[in-house]
Amino acid sequence: MSTTRELDGDLNVTNEGTAIEVSGLRMTYGDKEVLRGVDFAVAPGEVIALLGPNGAGKTTTIEILEGFRIPSGGRVRVLGAEPARGGEAWRARIGVVLQSWRDHGRWRVHQLLHHLSRYYVPYAKPGRLPLDTADLIEAVGLGKHAGQRVSRLSGGQRRRLDVAIGIVGRPEVLFLDEPTAGFDPQARRDFHDLVHRLSDLDDTTILLTTHDLDEAEKLADRILILAGGKIVADGSPDSLTRQVSRDAQVRWSRDGEHFVHATDDATAFVRGLFEQHGSGITDLEVRRATLEDTYMAIVKREEA
Amino acid sequence: MNPTLHAARLGFARGWMEFKHQVTSAQDIGFVVITTAAFVVVLYFQRDATLPGTDLSLAAATLPGLLGLMIPINALMGAVGTLAVEREDGTLLRAKALPQGMVGYLVGKVVVLSISTLASLVVLLVAGLFLVPELAGTGVGGWLTIAWITVLGLLSALPLGAVIGAVAGSPQAAGGLVMLTVGGLTAISGVFYPITALAGWLQGLAHVFPLYWLGLGMRSALLPDSAAAAEIGGSWRPVETTLVLAAWAVAGLVLAPPILRRMARRESGSLMEQRRHRAMQRIG
Repeated sequence: MSTTRELDGDLNVTNEGTAIEVSGLRMTYGDKEVLRGVDFAVAPGEVIALLGPNGAGKTTTIEILEGFRIPSGGRVRVLGAEPARGGEAWRARIGVVLQSWRDHGRWRVHQLLHHLSRYYVPYAKPGRLPLDTADLIEAVGLGKHAGQRVSRLSGGQRRRLDVAIGIVGRPEVLFLDEPTAGFDPQARRDFHDLVHRLSDLDDTTILLTTHDLDEAEKLADRILILAGGKIVADGSPDSLTRQVSRDAQVRWSRDGEHFVHATDDATAFVRGLFEQHGSGITDLEVRRATLEDTYMAIVKREEA
Repeated sequence: MNPTLHAARLGFARGWMEFKHQVTSAQDIGFVVITTAAFVVVLYFQRDATLPGTDLSLAAATLPGLLGLMIPINALMGAVGTLAVEREDGTLLRAKALPQGMVGYLVGKVVVLSISTLASLVVLLVAGLFLVPELAGTGVGGWLTIAWITVLGLLSALPLGAVIGAVAGSPQAAGGLVMLTVGGLTAISGVFYPITALAGWLQGLAHVFPLYWLGLGMRSALLPDSAAAAEIGGSWRPVETTLVLAAWAVAGLVLAPPILRRMARRESGSLMEQRRHRAMQRIG
């Protein structure tokens, strides 16, 4: 991935340093404090998954970054601008996919996508023209439904259209709020491919929220966990898992008896096991803590 | 390429597209057919009565009043309804997520509401002229007056509708309130029967709102000059008509931009979600 980023680096001359910068971000609704000092930074081209329990403030955070909400305090920069005052040229570099959209029901899929894509034309940079809408409709798997009215699409198809609309202007930064909610496994797989292509070929910086930890692990370079109004964990899926527990569980059977052993060096342990018992070992299984275990442990620790 | 002009042009494309959607929608066409049919029935029953003090049929005097009424029905109620609904379904937020999207959205709304108002005026006029053929002899001056009154009517109705739609808590509340208001004003504005038959204080109240003046302006365009005798003061009062309609237009045009900006600024996904939940509770 890093090679791709270097190759395409010149596409992204305007992104200097960081794509997203958040420090000391606070948000209060009445006397309810939703965000109490959120800090993180995202480099250009990074894919970040923002995780956290319901009501942790993920959507609020994303809406502040999109410029749809004014924070109560703290400093926020997206592509160098304060989102709430970003202006139209800044807006053209941002892609937004919200949680629920039921708009434009009477429009046909290709009509709507084509119409919305034209807003980006005056802002297009050489080498970063708006995507061809027919190609994009194929890419999100709506080829057969291009002539259909939007209101006739199923929930998953509608969501794919939302994603297509979010990326039609070839944004440098893309925000996706629970993009795969309601997707079937095939649609989910297709969506993951699309995100990989955007990130690898187009160098798009992507911030997405999800409840699907498997998805976060597959897509994200880095995971942020938001709990209790703060970022409580920040790192690659691997490093987070290692932070919580270095231990792996080793299971095996010998002479019809089952054994379990926890160790921080599974390789050495298994080698020792074979040296001692040789072919007497069957049903060997080494299991590391999953991202799910890690997530549960971190959120439980925060809520305690 | 100037981005704002570009977005305004996209607004025209959007308005035209949405008008085409209306024309191909059974629901929208049904609404136009039913209202037009209802009005034509009224004209049919009025064809033998005469306007007091003249030998014109009452139907001939009612048709222009109905044309005036079509403007608030289409432009005002249309603006309130679409804005309230499209805040809830995310159309507005979609516009906000696009560069210059709000410009495109608002131009599109003005275009589609204007075209659909004009279309409904034409439909009613054509249907009405079968019943009151004496109005078909209207001269160029008359058609210019119709155009002028229509433009003033749209200018007074659209911004006002946008303001109401922008501050309304729910589409149902906004739609209901506006429909009641327009209905009440119809009763006192001399649309179906000369206003002079009403009590003085009701006449005074009707003079404050655009509907009476829209009807008066349309009558001045379509009826012979002798029919002015049936009006208050025996005159078409073109100056007063222009002043009152212009005052409403100016008030709306002054109020609408800051209120629309405030609405657009406050619009967010979670706000939309809250409204959606409330809407589902109302249904469930």
